[in-house]
Amino acid sequence: MTDDVKISIAARAAEELRSGEVANLGIGIPNLVPGLLGDDTNVILHTENGLLGVGPRPGDDELDPDLIDAAKQPVTALSGAAYFDSAQSFAMIRGGHIDVAVLGALQVSISGDIANWAVPGKDVLGVGGAMDLVVGACRVLVTMTATSSTGEPKVVSECTYPLTARGGADVVITELSVFRLREGALVLTELLGDATVEQVRAATGGPFDVDLEDRRAA
Amino acid sequence: MAIASGPIEPEEAVSAIRSGDTVMVGGFGLVGAPLTLIDALVESSDADELTIVSNNIGEPGRGLGKLLRQGRIKRGISSYFTSNPEAVAAVNAGEIEATLVPQGTFAEAIRAAGAGIAGFLTPVGAGTLLAEGKEEHVVDGVPHLLERPIHADVALVYAARGDELGNLWYRRTARNFNPLMATAARVTIAEVREIVAAGELEPESIHTPHLYVDELVLSR
Repeated sequence: MTDDVKISIAARAAEELRSGEVANLGIGIPNLVPGLLGDDTNVILHTENGLLGVGPRPGDDELDPDLIDAAKQPVTALSGAAYFDSAQSFAMIRGGHIDVAVLGALQVSISGDIANWAVPGKDVLGVGGAMDLVVGACRVLVTMTATSSTGEPKVVSECTYPLTARGGADVVITELSVFRLREGALVLTELLGDATVEQVRAATGGPFDVDLEDRRAA
Repeated sequence: MAIASGPIEPEEAVSAIRSGDTVMVGGFGLVGAPLTLIDALVESSDADELTIVSNNIGEPGRGLGKLLRQGRIKRGISSYFTSNPEAVAAVNAGEIEATLVPQGTFAEAIRAAGAGIAGFLTPVGAGTLLAEGKEEHVVDGVPHLLERPIHADVALVYAARGDELGNLWYRRTARNFNPLMATAARVTIAEVREIVAAGELEPESIHTPHLYVDELVLSR
């Protein structure tokens, strides 16, 4: 996956966020989202290890050994930030106080099931906060490439990888398209770049309805 | 119980840990981990067959990773073993038993233990591999798992500042699981970077009231 592809997916995800929302971002493509928000879109970032109001990466002279994000990377805290313990942090998540979670996935099923924490036959020893976020966040935005590095579709009829949660995905954004979950099924609502419906079908492992929205008119 | 007689040496503190004990260790990775207490456990204690309750099993050769290399961990209860590839290898080789718990459930189960709650229902993990062996209850049409509290014999926690009574104040994201673990064990040992006189911490800013803390140790 080229950086351009990642950035295009993250840029489309950024358009889903509204000013004032509290968001939790996974590693990879989701982490590119803050840099791609519009100038007047002010999103507040939550990290599950106990900080609301995550700021940018610190300079070398500002490193603080007590201040990291959930990816264990050094961060800063913005003015007005708050710190809390892990039980409170996950109460925020589980209790529906996080407006949106943006995360990557290995597979999403056409009914919105998400698999994003383990590969079968490999180590299933790290789940972190993935399940809590998918279950608890008000909106779950999945950002991923349409196909895996070996060319397999990542939107599939049924997840074959271990599930994170059933029916967790609200929006799925790839380099080709946007799907939205409607009445328990993913619907293709938007084509990105020069993609065609046929291309999306070829890169998708299950049937879906098409209901293209004209975003410019919206 | 509050602290009776000032800080003690880390070696003396960890002598409370016996073979076969369940030991909670604070920290998210190494941030907020009681590294002086872990070193004392590694260097001056021979307690083995330990069950470790910690979000991660340290990093290779760092923090709890040192105890892992000594082969003294029988079982780990964690949300993310993956941050220490040596822990993953030890699980795959059958050298340690692993119980993987979603991070929010892990935090809440520790909180529940400290708060006298015998179990709670959460939708997190229902219908996944991590539901194995857990009772499922459908509430308002939504499948939930019954999660039981996680108790320990000894908790090792870290705070930036403590007062001579054992009141604790945590700094920034070094707080994480520490205040929860301080409530959930029979014996809580707090490692602090700095000890101040009683009354020096603003009462409104105390994160862990002293009744939870049995011993204080200074970071080295």
